[in-house]
Amino acid sequence: MNHNKLPLQITKPWRDCESIIFTGLCFLATLVVLAILVVIVGYIAVNGWGHITWKFLTSPMTQDIFDASRTGVLSLAIGTAAKVILMTIAVVPVGAITAIYLSEYSSSKSIFTKVVRLAINNLAGVPAIVFGLFGVGFFIKTIGSTIDATFFSQSSGPVWGKPCLLWASFTLAVMTLPVVIVATEEALRSIPNSLREASYALGATKLETIFKVLLPISIPGLLTGSILAVSRAAGEVAPILFTGAAYYMAGLPKSLSDQFMDLGYQVYILATQSPNIEKTRALLFATSLVLLVLTLALNLVAILIRYRMRSQNKN
Amino acid sequence: MNKQLDINMNKGIENINRLETGSIFENCIIETQGLTVKYGSSIAVNNINLRIFKNSVTAFIGPSGCGKSTLLRCFNRMNDVIDNVHITGKVLLDGIDIYDKSVNVIELRRQVGMVFQKSNPFPKSIYENIAFGLRLAGIKKRELLDQYIEESLKKAALWDEVKDRLNANALGLSGGQQQRLCIARAIAIKPSVLLMDEPASALDPIATAKIEELILELKKDYTILIVTHNMQQAARISDYTAFLYLGELIEYNTTAQIFTTPAKRQTEEYITGRFG
Repeated sequence: MNHNKLPLQITKPWRDCESIIFTGLCFLATLVVLAILVVIVGYIAVNGWGHITWKFLTSPMTQDIFDASRTGVLSLAIGTAAKVILMTIAVVPVGAITAIYLSEYSSSKSIFTKVVRLAINNLAGVPAIVFGLFGVGFFIKTIGSTIDATFFSQSSGPVWGKPCLLWASFTLAVMTLPVVIVATEEALRSIPNSLREASYALGATKLETIFKVLLPISIPGLLTGSILAVSRAAGEVAPILFTGAAYYMAGLPKSLSDQFMDLGYQVYILATQSPNIEKTRALLFATSLVLLVLTLALNLVAILIRYRMRSQNKN
Repeated sequence: MNKQLDINMNKGIENINRLETGSIFENCIIETQGLTVKYGSSIAVNNINLRIFKNSVTAFIGPSGCGKSTLLRCFNRMNDVIDNVHITGKVLLDGIDIYDKSVNVIELRRQVGMVFQKSNPFPKSIYENIAFGLRLAGIKKRELLDQYIEESLKKAALWDEVKDRLNANALGLSGGQQQRLCIARAIAIKPSVLLMDEPASALDPIATAKIEELILELKKDYTILIVTHNMQQAARISDYTAFLYLGELIEYNTTAQIFTTPAKRQTEEYITGRFG
């Protein structure tokens, strides 16, 4: 009967072995990534946890920014949150509209489309500090000064032509734009054409199709891009270095044209400018911990929203 | 009068005249004149002249790639959304050329609805799927929407199955139910013509039978054009049949004539299964 069958697979044990080894390697790689995360978060948590008290979390910054017993992170947390929220408000509409244009309107053969794509790809590779310089040169010196000259020529000092919350947020928005555009465009492209046809056949215009059918479906993708943008922006220091972060300011920013205090920037200051590093060490870890937790919380909120949107689309 | 008509229509109209009394030209709702569709330089549909009669079911049959779907999509100008397409000739709907510059495509698509081969409900609730077209047409009041949605679901023979779960996601329905939902969605905005592109080809025989039953019911209120590669289906449900091959209209006549005594040899060969 053997003439009907394939010859015995002599190499079978070796192929099993290959599978096991590869599975093991994948498992190991996952472990390494998890371990790195645990080590970083754990180390900071262990060292900073002791200093987290209710007073610490809710009192504003005092002048003794290096004195652990006298200062609090409220101003820092609020400043960081404000910066992130403003950035999101700026980046999501611009990113979404660009993605809609690229996915629904542009022709892949046109030169304009190719230039736009090239620009997005290159924007993603620009170093963060260069964005900071761009923020100073464009937002503060060019746009800010023009606004001041046109509307505020009477006031004693620059109103918009200086580092402030608005320009820092816009600089971060420009930096995270590619991520939002790419994620949203992917989401739009993955919608099958049959849905567009169904919409047109019912008498919808292109705009109605985009806003009533396509965008609602692509919101999870848009949110993914926003999550990535928020994660990056929450901790970035270089872009806000010259465009809005303050070494110290009393109280909270009262308007968008005020400077603000930021967790990430504060960590840098505490680590490099402290006169007595021993006294400041606990504060440094505690501030870092607050930054991590804040970033995590912002991510979690966005992930929850995305989860709800996905289950609405699917169930 | 027959000298002015194209050869294809000649034979068809003569045959119809023998079978029916009364002036059938009054019941003509769509007429194409020299309709030609090109994608780039290749011709998909060439010089089609035919008349579609009100409240009839007209089937387009032919082998794959013969241009049936392209022809169907001309009637609600869905070919407009494709790049590189050139359409010449006229398509008269109630006497007005729908390719005329003055025609509002949105309004046209409300008059001429379409159901696609693979059901494509929106990933929204059953209620919202049907409300979509109604809202676009300007109907916003909740009571009116409820009423129209119930009407169209009943007409599509889906109401009993979904009346308790109108807020459930449409994607949770079975294939046959989804297709009936798409039909309900299309007829909710009360078009006068319904285009169906192989509506049952992705369904099992029982669901197919239900759709066919539905088409025979819908015929009372709508004019239906159906593309099908299933000849038995065409024979079962259609009043008129057009046989297309490689973009040309080979023969157009009542279904009875086409399937018993076709005038062209090609038609006969296709119907008896010798090719295609």
